[in-house]
Amino acid sequence: MGKYITFTSSVVPLPIENIDTDQIIPARFLKATNKDGFGDNLFADWRYNKDGSPKLDFVLNNPTFGGTILVAGKNFGSGSSREHAAWAIDGYGFKAVVSSFFADIFQNNALNNGVLPVVVSADFLAEVFASVNSNPKATLTINLQNQTITSNATGKSETFTINTYKKECLLNGLDDIDYLLSKKEQIEAYEKLIK
Amino acid sequence: MNSNNAQTPPSGGRGASTLFDKIWDAHVVSTVDGGPTQLYIDRHFCHEVTSPQAFNGLRTRGLKVFRPDKTTLTADHNTPTINQDQPVNDPISRNQLDIFARNAVEFNLPLYFPLGHIKNGVVHIIGPENGFTQPGMTIVCGDSHTSTHGAFGAVAFGIGTSEVEMVLATQCVLQSRPKTMLITFNGKLGKGVTAKDLALYMISKLTTGGATGYFVEYAGEAIRNLSMEERMTVCNLSIEMGARGGLIAPDQTTFDYVEGREYAPKDEEWETKLAYWKTLKTEEKATFDKELVFDAADIQPMITYGTNPGMGMGITDSIPTLDEVDEAGRISFQKSLEYMGFQPGEKLEGKQIDYVFLGSCTNGRIEDFRVFANFVKGKKKADNLIVWLVPGSWMVEKQIREEGLLEILTEAGFALRQPGCSACLAMNDDKVPAGKYAVSTSNRNFEGRQGPGARTILAGPLVAAAAAVTGKITDPRN
Repeated sequence: MGKYITFTSSVVPLPIENIDTDQIIPARFLKATNKDGFGDNLFADWRYNKDGSPKLDFVLNNPTFGGTILVAGKNFGSGSSREHAAWAIDGYGFKAVVSSFFADIFQNNALNNGVLPVVVSADFLAEVFASVNSNPKATLTINLQNQTITSNATGKSETFTINTYKKECLLNGLDDIDYLLSKKEQIEAYEKLIK
Repeated sequence: MNSNNAQTPPSGGRGASTLFDKIWDAHVVSTVDGGPTQLYIDRHFCHEVTSPQAFNGLRTRGLKVFRPDKTTLTADHNTPTINQDQPVNDPISRNQLDIFARNAVEFNLPLYFPLGHIKNGVVHIIGPENGFTQPGMTIVCGDSHTSTHGAFGAVAFGIGTSEVEMVLATQCVLQSRPKTMLITFNGKLGKGVTAKDLALYMISKLTTGGATGYFVEYAGEAIRNLSMEERMTVCNLSIEMGARGGLIAPDQTTFDYVEGREYAPKDEEWETKLAYWKTLKTEEKATFDKELVFDAADIQPMITYGTNPGMGMGITDSIPTLDEVDEAGRISFQKSLEYMGFQPGEKLEGKQIDYVFLGSCTNGRIEDFRVFANFVKGKKKADNLIVWLVPGSWMVEKQIREEGLLEILTEAGFALRQPGCSACLAMNDDKVPAGKYAVSTSNRNFEGRQGPGARTILAGPLVAAAAAVTGKITDPRN
């Protein structure tokens, strides 16, 4: 998990609501025992035909669009708790997912893998889709330190929320296990208390 | 026993506590400044699909499993439902199962139940039936349907693999405190209406994201009247409306179910625990962040017509017309119906189907098999229909035989498969072919969930039984 500060990128738009984790990474790809290679199967059933050839009408196969920010319709990541969804998004090269609403478990999984879920207003989301529609090279700038997201096409900016602890983790490349391991004594004290 | 912890902050600043607050607060080890809560976990369930990377993480960091006695492992997601006594055909699946077995040995985990073991089965079925699941506990698993265990008055929720690693290493997770919601079902369920119908009805009202950010408590006469297994079905589906989890206050029904199970407390410990469990209820003056009330009498047998569990309707109803759908959601709605091969406004009753699946952590328990067997008794399986009856565990399978249900099923032309998650997520060979319709008692009708291109119609065990004998979507009340 690398350090994470400010970046600007064009976006990949996916204006569909309720994209569940079975779409992000179908169950048949969950047989792996490490975290590598899931990016190749990100959105596999929307992305490839049965024979493995690309479905040309799917956005990831359209060279017009590209970038390290995925922009999706509301309630992104619903369904299964599979962290493979976050590994697939990360593995494909996305650094952030922008939507007006995320499912809880996915949001945690994304943060635990250095993929930033950015919650924006429904209006902001609609405007991003519109500006990408008229100019596929339109960019967004995400500043984690200041918790802002800016549409460089419209100049509009919004602040987004992220808890201070998770923000520090992302900015410094730390993870939760480091924190929990530092609390071993307290855990053992708690166990004595409940015995 | 769990008692209120002196280090614990008061329940979100409120005076009176909800059931959720009581359990959560009793498990707080610390609170991170500006961040989440460090929550102690009483029971951790692991399965073969979401745990290998977590064990790899432990290995990389040179860590042991912190509390092996609080870790229960079962192989269920990626397992065949025939010939379990033989080596698994698919080499990649076999490798995943072998690695799971090796991890259990390497990390000294005695509560490991491999294929064929009498305690093996779907993780959310073997937990309760062996007495691992108890009131007042915090329970996690790398599986979103961990909410099932909330039926016992436990705070149970699904976690990702990074969090599985945290629990293995420290018996704790870091979680933000969710908001609380109370959903009350007044009155009684009608004849031919099951707990699954109640849940699908609720999800259709709330939508698939309607409870995101909340932990739900279910209450009211219709909930109190449910058996333990029916309560598990309701809590299981909490995640399908986005809820972090769902729970029901424990009562005599709960205590009667838990008592005497292998890993349940015994003798003096039972009495102490029981006294504590009886205090686990929401105080009268406690408030929730959101409250909803439904009338159980309004619910009819339910089916889904779309590609998320919120797209449900009464079996005699019609799919919404485009005008009835929010403008913002119309593209997704149309995409969904196109996938299903349905038209807006269409009625589905009487529609020909190809597959029926009875099983999964939602409806793979003995009561589901009783309901199904009771309906098909003396009738015959419809021709040209493939029916998969998959018990949730070997203990359920054993009960099916002992109660004489297998004879009834065989007589009616049905065969029983071996336990596992099976066609619920179709990681094994139990896949519904592209374009085919399956009436399924599982929990998700997502695109491709039961196999690439498969079309899933979610329903309860009674609607599944009716479909199994008619080959059509059929109202079991007729």
